[in-house]
Amino acid sequence: MTTTVARPSTIEADPGGTPLRRAGNWARRAPLLPALIFMIIVTQLPFVGTLVISFMNWNAYYPDERGFAGIDNFVRVLTDVNTRDSIITTIVLTASVVLISLLLGMLIALLLDRTFLGRGVVRTLMITPFLVVPVAAALVWKHALYNPEYGLLNGLLTGIFGGGAIQPDWISTMPLTSVVIALVWQWTPFMMLILLAGLQGKPLDVIEAAQIDGCSNWQIFRHMTFPHLRQYLELGGLLGSIYIVQNFDAVFTITSGGLGTANLPYTIYQTFYNAQDYGRASAAGVVVVIGTILIATFALRTVSSLFKEEAR
Amino acid sequence: MTATAEASRTAAADTASRTRRKRSGAVLGVVAWIVGILFVLPVVWMLLTSFHSENDAATNPPSFFAPLTLDGYANFFGAATGASPWPPLLNSITASVLSTALVLLLAVPAAYALSIKPVKKWTDVLFFFLSTKMLPVVAGLLPVYLIAQGIGMLDNIWLLIVLYTSMNLPIAVWMMRSFLAEVPGEILEAASMDGCNLTRTLRTIVMPIVLPGIAATSLICFIFSWNELLFARVLTATVAQTAPVFLTSFVTSQGLFLAKVCAAAVVVSLPVLIAGFAAQDKLVQGLSLGAIK
Repeated sequence: MTTTVARPSTIEADPGGTPLRRAGNWARRAPLLPALIFMIIVTQLPFVGTLVISFMNWNAYYPDERGFAGIDNFVRVLTDVNTRDSIITTIVLTASVVLISLLLGMLIALLLDRTFLGRGVVRTLMITPFLVVPVAAALVWKHALYNPEYGLLNGLLTGIFGGGAIQPDWISTMPLTSVVIALVWQWTPFMMLILLAGLQGKPLDVIEAAQIDGCSNWQIFRHMTFPHLRQYLELGGLLGSIYIVQNFDAVFTITSGGLGTANLPYTIYQTFYNAQDYGRASAAGVVVVIGTILIATFALRTVSSLFKEEAR
Repeated sequence: MTATAEASRTAAADTASRTRRKRSGAVLGVVAWIVGILFVLPVVWMLLTSFHSENDAATNPPSFFAPLTLDGYANFFGAATGASPWPPLLNSITASVLSTALVLLLAVPAAYALSIKPVKKWTDVLFFFLSTKMLPVVAGLLPVYLIAQGIGMLDNIWLLIVLYTSMNLPIAVWMMRSFLAEVPGEILEAASMDGCNLTRTLRTIVMPIVLPGIAATSLICFIFSWNELLFARVLTATVAQTAPVFLTSFVTSQGLFLAKVCAAAVVVSLPVLIAGFAAQDKLVQGLSLGAIK
């Protein structure tokens, strides 16, 4: 191995370098290259493909009409009411699930960050929702819990209030809320785990001193625990957003994208899989990517600052 | 908490606030239990329903104490329709295990080049990996479909293995980097100067730090691959169908199918539940991309 050549950082200060040194640099890069090349081929090239197709008139049902479409697809996507609705749905769905599960996750993490009988058991109970396969969880919510005739929710209503109890059709009366509740149920444990780990790293000695000085629990939370938790809240919010903005399983299973719950992933899937309109699906994909880049730039800055703190 | 810490605290606080705190502590413990039970209730209901007969599963009010039966599981395993769930389950196992192995094969060397002997601009590379995670998979789905169609890879499990590898590789690189960053560089240098060979350095210094990282990474990659639905739904049909896709095929069923669906949900979730319960601390490390140890 030639790695012995490139050792201390003094070499890096030297610009250009001899052939031997250049070989050393490549020896450093070598372990990285397979992963990097793999990622570029599998994740970046398809986006180039999406970009190309987005300017094409291409519907698999009409193969003869394939050709250059200019910006037609983008005009159609951006003026289409369905797309605009699905953009709004995506934002509402992601924001509400992330915020509610962060808040619940924090409250539950605070509850679990104390000693009480059976704490380990409660923690295990809390993790369970996250470990149910998402599509299985969505099926159970739809059929075993929300179902108006024999779901558990209405069953409990009958059990408690008798035969005359109201029997709401949960999914048709509040479709988006139903999806949000099922997702919050799955993601609260995720947030709770990250925040609990954060809480367990908080400075105990300082908090103990504050308690002795007569600070109220609220003061301790507001001025010590919460600032300490902030970076964990940011981490949880960021990672949660990455996953929930792409949610497909719950929307697909619980409402099949109906009743105003179609988010962007579902709409694109629909345009491509059912309508076979490749041009428009790609244009929608490009719009999503541009939107995501805008959000991701902001999000990456957050991670980047976290990362610098870690490095310190 | 140690007894001395407890003692010093109680000595400082006056008796009244101590009893108040103790009482509120007990109340909060009960609240925690209630919340935990509420969260696990849907899973318990799923489990209970899976052991009920179809008729008992679809009653209102619910029949909590109906006799237990394995009919739901028998139906899921094809007693009624003859459609065996084993091919999809085996496909899921193949895709999850092989993609996880491939991820580790690519991620460990990459993480090495980003931590122990870092390349120039290694933070940029690290953020490139993370940024691929932010681009929605759905936006690249169509070209992947068309390419797979062109080279005859549709409905082939290897296509899913490659895609799941790309899906999990960024997470794995981040996690493995954060673990490898803990390997003490000076000790490695000293070992190589003392003529310690590479195998021995790896075994005695690197492995004890890296193996827990590999375990956490594998767990997360396995879970995410096992759960994936969108790619599997679009890119597979009958041959390479995975367990989540097989599950969605029950949605269209007519008549009573609740016990069967719950049994299916239990069977498909079981590997993830077992792995997750067995390695709860690894789960946290993985979910936070290694930021929390």
